[in-house]
Amino acid sequence: MWQFFHKLGSPKWFFGIATRFMPWLLAGGLLLLAAGLIWGLAFAPKDYLQGNSYRIIFIHVPSAFLAQSIYISMAVAAVVTLVWRMKLADVFVKAIAPVGLLFTFLALFTGAIWGKPTWGTWWVWDARLTAMLILLFLYGGVIALDRAINDEKSAARAVAVLVLVGVVNIPIIKYSVDWWNTLHQPATFKLTEKPTMPMEMWLPLLLSVLGLYLLFGWLACIRMKTEILVREQRTRWVRELVLAGRK
Amino acid sequence: MNSAGRALVKPVEQGVGVFSAMLAVFARDVRVAFRQRQDLLNPLLFFVMVVTLFPLGVSPEVSFLQQSGAGILWVAALLAVLLSLDHLFRHDFDDGTLEQLVLQPQPLFLLILAKTLAHWMLTGLPLVILSPVLGVMVHLDGNSIAILCLTLLIGTPVLSLIGSIGAALTLGLRSAGVLLSLLIIPLYIPVLIFGTGTVAAAAEGAPVGGYLALMGAFLVLALTLAPFASAAALRISMSNS
Amino acid sequence: MAFDSFSAFIAMEGHGPYVWACYAVFVVLLAGLMVWSVKRNQSVLGACQRRYETDAKTSGQTTRKAPATFTRVEISQD
Repeated sequence: MWQFFHKLGSPKWFFGIATRFMPWLLAGGLLLLAAGLIWGLAFAPKDYLQGNSYRIIFIHVPSAFLAQSIYISMAVAAVVTLVWRMKLADVFVKAIAPVGLLFTFLALFTGAIWGKPTWGTWWVWDARLTAMLILLFLYGGVIALDRAINDEKSAARAVAVLVLVGVVNIPIIKYSVDWWNTLHQPATFKLTEKPTMPMEMWLPLLLSVLGLYLLFGWLACIRMKTEILVREQRTRWVRELVLAGRK
Repeated sequence: MNSAGRALVKPVEQGVGVFSAMLAVFARDVRVAFRQRQDLLNPLLFFVMVVTLFPLGVSPEVSFLQQSGAGILWVAALLAVLLSLDHLFRHDFDDGTLEQLVLQPQPLFLLILAKTLAHWMLTGLPLVILSPVLGVMVHLDGNSIAILCLTLLIGTPVLSLIGSIGAALTLGLRSAGVLLSLLIIPLYIPVLIFGTGTVAAAAEGAPVGGYLALMGAFLVLALTLAPFASAAALRISMSNS
Repeated sequence: MAFDSFSAFIAMEGHGPYVWACYAVFVVLLAGLMVWSVKRNQSVLGACQRRYETDAKTSGQTTRKAPATFTRVEISQD
């Protein structure tokens, strides 16, 4: 068990595993996402209330899902960084923070565009939107702090503390709908509950969520590999790997 | 170890109790602050000026001020606390006192809690005391002013406590001031929402007990968790420099 | 197929601009991040290669070690 744990923390081991899995993640992610989006755009039935504008859901909900999951995974990695000082954990946090920022922005942007035909306004100061905006700020803060500290190890640990402090905001995001009961519709997509939307809408949504998760996995892998290369370029294994890859 | 050695060690370990150490840190911060009175006055002046900007910049109408007065005061108080946070550890960091604090045998988070409470007493509390005057200036009625003061009384310690984390994280960095605001403002938003929400509820005649209880929960949460986070952040920042 | 014709598919009963703008931004930004990540990975890889090559060229000539150095020993996690 502990041996596995130490192996997991080894950049060299991760580099090998990531290289092996990445093509599958990329192919699977693109395939599922394309299938989900095309199905959702062209074949899923029209929503009787919102008309065709609801088709934005197939990118809005996956983006929002990832925006939150990425922050939670960063918090888990932050605990690992602080407790076990594992190198890979802070490589992970550093590599995926910009990805999280992008998905949070996408969720907000698509939500704003969706709001125009549905609510008649681009932006509503509703709890969920605001919480998402706070999440965007949190990602911005994490990236800014990481950039501001020159020393790699201090940066990793300071960012870990900040991520853990910010994770207090995640429950507020999740349950804000119940706290302030406003315009925003309650969460439409829960894995644990029976879907309330018809199967022909739910399945393409599931496909695009899964596809985007796989693509995120691929993005995390390639960005972590880059970060490892930058950090470990003085080590022998990176040298051998790079020189072997050239031939 | 022989008995003589143990006898030598013991008085050092028991030299200063945790509580008296906290008290000493608190008293020292207050004394230092009163020697540099301008630093005490600046956040208050800033608070009054920001509040003054709203009638000048938006509208001096009584109805507008009545409606948004509580929000204006809350935002101004939040910014004033934010502005003063840079001083929380900066001076002690520059003259090396902070290093001694970190090396103390007493738990660092308790010493930081004492420092943060001193910071609140020197910035947050004067803001609370000053707020009724400004409340009258923005035409809030008596009940609203009382509730506003109560929310500020519960809310400003939370601001100081959360802010101490940001101050500790950005200690010794080049663009610490702006970065501090970037990190901390998102964490302030829930406090702000409930602070102004309470006053709004009171203005509508709704019961505010629940809101106040929720703010109290924020305070307890911040009191228990924030010192740990700032202590951890402070150790990281100290090892960095 | 939920639409009668291709033009109906593009128009989406008036909601077309909203839907297509969303999808366009989504695809462009996601693809952009992916391409950028790959590019950055390759440029770092290239920089490493060049560095190792110049190291290999110069290592034969300057093997003289400094008489005494203070180096920080770090425990590798490899």
